[in-house]
Amino acid sequence: MTPPPTKAPLGALLWAFTRIGLLGFGGGPAMIPLVQQEVVKRHAWLSDEEFADILAIGNTLPGPIATKMPGYIGYRVAGAAGCAVAVVAVILPMVVAMIALLALFSSYRHVGWIYGMGQAVVPVVMVMMGQLTMDFWNKSRLALGWALSLAVALAAAALIYLLGVHPGWVIGTILAAALLRPTPKRRGA
Amino acid sequence: MLVYWELFLAFFIPNMIGYGGGPAIIPLIEAEVVGRYGWMNAQEFAETLALGNALPSPIATKMAGYVGYDVAGIGGALVAIFATVVPSLLLMLGALGLLYRHRDSPRVKRMSQWVRPVIAMMMAWLTWSFFNEGLDSAGLMHTVIIGAAAAIALLRFRTHPAFVVLAALVYGGLFLS
Repeated sequence: MTPPPTKAPLGALLWAFTRIGLLGFGGGPAMIPLVQQEVVKRHAWLSDEEFADILAIGNTLPGPIATKMPGYIGYRVAGAAGCAVAVVAVILPMVVAMIALLALFSSYRHVGWIYGMGQAVVPVVMVMMGQLTMDFWNKSRLALGWALSLAVALAAAALIYLLGVHPGWVIGTILAAALLRPTPKRRGA
Repeated sequence: MLVYWELFLAFFIPNMIGYGGGPAIIPLIEAEVVGRYGWMNAQEFAETLALGNALPSPIATKMAGYVGYDVAGIGGALVAIFATVVPSLLLMLGALGLLYRHRDSPRVKRMSQWVRPVIAMMMAWLTWSFFNEGLDSAGLMHTVIIGAAAAIALLRFRTHPAFVVLAALVYGGLFLS
């Protein structure tokens, strides 16, 4: 693809993606409507159709969607500088906040009540992770059926936790199989 | 120098195989950061995750930034964020035409579908390890009280995670010191 013409000023790009980063609670997928709001509705840098295409393409690749979208959109409307500005705007403020807060917390860990605060978040994270587990399990059950999902999950558990195989090998093998195996007629999907 | 290379790998690998967006990457990062390299224990990882869930913007880059900083300072944070963001973004910019043709391909859809049970299993394992960590540090009673209250708030009343984390911090400051 030839580099697209510059359409958006960097300042507008910076401000739009800073706003998306600061308002985007709930992780990447929750930020997509905000990106659409800024990029399609507010600034008209892309049409609804182009936005949907970019989202679909982003989902064919691994990695966080919330950095691929800003990076690609920034590049498309303002070249390489736009790409850098959009990515930095969306991630930098909260990375700095995260490092500052946790570094502060770590340096006072020996204080009794601050130590207690750290202990108390563990059960909360346990519940959040349980919630994500159910979410991924339900999606998996709907797409593959529960028997196949359970078989894959147990086989992977045995490889990773009993035999100590690195998860990268297990998932990498599955990805390669999904990509390379010829597509048969769809089973009742 | 070695630590930068390890940080790069620890974030590059999860982000290259983690289909399903930010949350799918969390158990893979835990496997590297806590399991393989031992940079953090389960308690520290849980604290990082709790704050990551309470603040806006993508979870994967916040985790990378803090873990990188914790292991090797500002340079470490930059390396971990680079490994998280740049490879998949370059793939997207470089292979756009190819990807455009295959965006609705059943093979591509299959990739995230087939990986999902493995991610769900690793998430279940992580949930279990947080439960054990809670038993070890806060004890059974507090783990059950906080866990039940958090579950009711998050699942029943759809309370924002930031408020749930904040409430837990107050509880811990008062009752677990």
